[in-house]
Amino acid sequence: MSDTEEPQQKTVIGIAFGNSNSSIAFTSPDGKAEVIANEEGDRQIPSVLSYVGDEEYHGAQAKSHLVRNPKTTVAYFRDFLGKSFADIDPTNAHSSAHPIQHDTGVAFSVEEKEGAEPSTLTVSEITTRHIKRLQESAADFLGKPIDGCVITVPTDFSDAQRRILSEASKACGLEVLQIIQEPVASLLAYTAREDTSHPADKTVLVLDIGGTRTDAAVIASRGGMFTLLATQHDYELGGRQFDDVLVDHFSKEFIKKHKTDPRENERSLAKLRLECEATKKTLSLSTSAQISIESLAGGFDFHSTVNRLRFDLLSKKLADQVVGLVESVVKKAGMDLSDINEVILAGGSSHIPKLASRIQQLFPSTTAVQAPATNPNALNPSELSARGAAIQASLIAEFEAEDIEQSTHPAVTVTPHLAKPIGVVIHSPEGDEGKAEDKVYVFLDAETAVPARRTATFVGTNVGGDVLIRIVEAKKESVDITPPKEVKEKVADEDDEDDDDDDEEEEDEKIIKRVTEVEKVIAEAVLKDVKKGQKVEVMLNVAGDLTLTLTARVVGGKGGVRGTVPGRA
Amino acid sequence: MNVVATKHSLLPAEPEWPHESGFHILEHLSEPTHRNLEPVGPHYLAHARRKRHHRTFSEDDRIVAAQQAKNVEDADPGEISEPEDAMLLSRDPKDWKNQDHYAVLGISKYRWKATDEQIKRAHRKKVLKHHPDKKAAAGGVDDDNFFKCIQKAMEILTDPVKRRQYDSVDESADVEPPSRKSKAKNIYRLWNPVFDSEGRFSKKKPVPRFGDDKSTKAEVEEFYNFWYNFDSWRTFEYLDEDVPDDNENRDQKRHVERKNKAARAKRKTEDTARLRKVVDDALAMDVRLQKFRQEERLQKDAKKIAREAEEKRLAEEAKKKAEEDAKKKEEEEAALKASKADAKKVKEAAKNAAKKNKRVLRKSAEDANYFHADGAAPPDVITNVLADVELLITKLDNEELDVVAKKLAGLKVSDEIKAVLVDSIRGSVSKGSTADGDFKILLK
Repeated sequence: MSDTEEPQQKTVIGIAFGNSNSSIAFTSPDGKAEVIANEEGDRQIPSVLSYVGDEEYHGAQAKSHLVRNPKTTVAYFRDFLGKSFADIDPTNAHSSAHPIQHDTGVAFSVEEKEGAEPSTLTVSEITTRHIKRLQESAADFLGKPIDGCVITVPTDFSDAQRRILSEASKACGLEVLQIIQEPVASLLAYTAREDTSHPADKTVLVLDIGGTRTDAAVIASRGGMFTLLATQHDYELGGRQFDDVLVDHFSKEFIKKHKTDPRENERSLAKLRLECEATKKTLSLSTSAQISIESLAGGFDFHSTVNRLRFDLLSKKLADQVVGLVESVVKKAGMDLSDINEVILAGGSSHIPKLASRIQQLFPSTTAVQAPATNPNALNPSELSARGAAIQASLIAEFEAEDIEQSTHPAVTVTPHLAKPIGVVIHSPEGDEGKAEDKVYVFLDAETAVPARRTATFVGTNVGGDVLIRIVEAKKESVDITPPKEVKEKVADEDDEDDDDDDEEEEDEKIIKRVTEVEKVIAEAVLKDVKKGQKVEVMLNVAGDLTLTLTARVVGGKGGVRGTVPGRA
Repeated sequence: MNVVATKHSLLPAEPEWPHESGFHILEHLSEPTHRNLEPVGPHYLAHARRKRHHRTFSEDDRIVAAQQAKNVEDADPGEISEPEDAMLLSRDPKDWKNQDHYAVLGISKYRWKATDEQIKRAHRKKVLKHHPDKKAAAGGVDDDNFFKCIQKAMEILTDPVKRRQYDSVDESADVEPPSRKSKAKNIYRLWNPVFDSEGRFSKKKPVPRFGDDKSTKAEVEEFYNFWYNFDSWRTFEYLDEDVPDDNENRDQKRHVERKNKAARAKRKTEDTARLRKVVDDALAMDVRLQKFRQEERLQKDAKKIAREAEEKRLAEEAKKKAEEDAKKKEEEEAALKASKADAKKVKEAAKNAAKKNKRVLRKSAEDANYFHADGAAPPDVITNVLADVELLITKLDNEELDVVAKKLAGLKVSDEIKAVLVDSIRGSVSKGSTADGDFKILLK
């Protein structure tokens, strides 16, 4: 009866296209991003395609063929996309179909049909088939055809690679609305989770420990806008290396028992590696895990257990490498570890509890580390990129292609960013008269994209009378001079405040902690006759040409003071 | 806009503010660094929107707020449930056939227009309120009658077939057609709801509306065409008598079934007839049809008038032309007459001139004493000279005569006169009109 048609909405998904695993996510009508499980119930779908007999296998099924049919199983192909044969590192594909040289770059020679001539499949072709499978899974899950998608790629993907990826997706009928960067997608997944419509300003380090590589990125998040400050990659650090730790460990155990090295036989090695991966995953959830492989090598079965402590000890070197990567990327961004407000751990290996705790130790306790081991509310690190992509997809679903094109054009994205934090000198709440003059309330942090605008209210003065608003450029505190004791005090102080006022926002605590010093006074304004206890609202607006406008008024009062510092140009 | 409330206090100003205005500039901001924003997230899209349309923060806030306000207006009001009255609450669930399912779910103002989503939401709302467990917990009354009513209503309204059957007999959704006598000014306000409600039974969608006085003739014709060929899905199964489902009395069962079938067919026929009457009534009251007829007539009349005017114009033109022709002819005749008279005058003048010239010639001969040397000329000479002159006169035409006469004018000497006459004779001889011998004296 009710054949009133719903307004036709586009069905869009987010795809995290990984070298080892891919995942797909959609945004539910209430705005929550959810990761879609494929037909086999996997949310992490291995980026593997296998050709056995006349069948094409995909995902977990294909991955299991790595043991029996490694030559017709294509895996770890994402990073080959759009590269020439000379530029690729084929190490990861050693135990699967080997990449070969091709006119368009890299290809695989695979027997698609039983007994037929092996056909040459280019990486783009493989990618198209892989995305097609993902698209089908999403369409089955959502019950309607998919109109478009947003795909995530690592930050070092070149424009050419992005273009080829976009074309490969179009080849299977899936329009790519936008290609976004993995760390940014992960950050978006967290930012979108916050209820506030005005996300706090913070500097975030996104550490993506994937299957075959680890990427770290420092991102300035200012008013919900993200600017990539520095990236660092380690192509020889990832889940695979953690697997190898276990492979070595169990191999030694097996040799002890049976005098045979399972690593010498390719098939045994593949079997062992597959099981070690599962064991590693179990170890992230429980403190000990079993492994049992029938007929591992020489006809011997293998059963063993390993506990988390042992694994942590064995993988200490890898964890050190991760820490080193983090330190180097922060240094590359020209920052100090204490400048990082939040660390987001992404990628499957981020489930490893030891890694999260190592990162937490590295940073001051005020830095939030978003990983399952350190924060029970953290999102699943494996799903972050896909979620971020899905959120972005839902945001731009109704846009015309031209709109997206224009919005992502460098003319719009390249923006002047503040070189120094801009703030207002405040009276120290502690009443520490000597240092009171130096305290700065930061309105706009460094690396804030302009035009930008922030507003805050202050308690006028303690005694009443005229109020001086001194706008300054600040410089960041040096970490060494912050004694740990002070931090503690502040935390205590903050607790008190929280008791006083439940509406206290998160932003406050960070700002209190950041002691910044005046570097340069930009302007001064005076607001007359502020009575004791009256609140003063101050708005700073920095235009695109660095014109600073101050608007200050007494809350509930008339008039106020307004002034403009023209930009240099 | 996000306002951060801080606990900080600002600096107290110095008692003496040294500057004139309340705002004093000391420095410019430091040079910015140019970086690439990640084109991701709602806040970036807002930034891109501002930048692309060159809006300031406050402009953008205003525009976005205006759009949002509009969206709120467009959106379906969230609260759709209606409170139930005491009569409804005390209904017997066994008597579900006579129950108003829409009222039970609290969506009686939507009725057949209610979407599945609305029904679902309304049902949920009622269930939350009337669940027997809740009632038991609150008052201890174990009365789930109304809850049963709710469930029955839901069962019927969520099943498309059953809902159609119920909608078919849902008289509360009917709108009474206005009686023929009702003399409302605005028949459109009366009839539009009637046909909107009848249209719910149409298999064909969309249903044309009754329209208003601005509807075109084609629209109105389409409307009546649609309604006279109305294809209705209305069925009357809902009013069926219950068929006894015991297996014992098969005949009784078949009898009831037959009766139901007949009753349905009868109701359907009645309904079709009813609808036809409604459309007839509407047609009878429809002033637009009269208007269209009148317009048509006017159009026809206008055509006729135009045609007549055209004929008149043509006739007038013909008449005018005839008059002009006549006038032209008259003028021509007059001209001809005038020219004829002129010619006569000229002729007469010429004749007179010739006469005069002849006289001059004759006189000149006389003046020259008939070319006789001395004394009075003998009569035979006179006769011969005169005969010659007469001959010359006859041989010369008027113009030559005129020339000769002019030459002779004023001449008194006889030789000169003779020379002129001889000259003219020679001229006429050389033309061959006379011969030398004809002249008796003048050529000697």
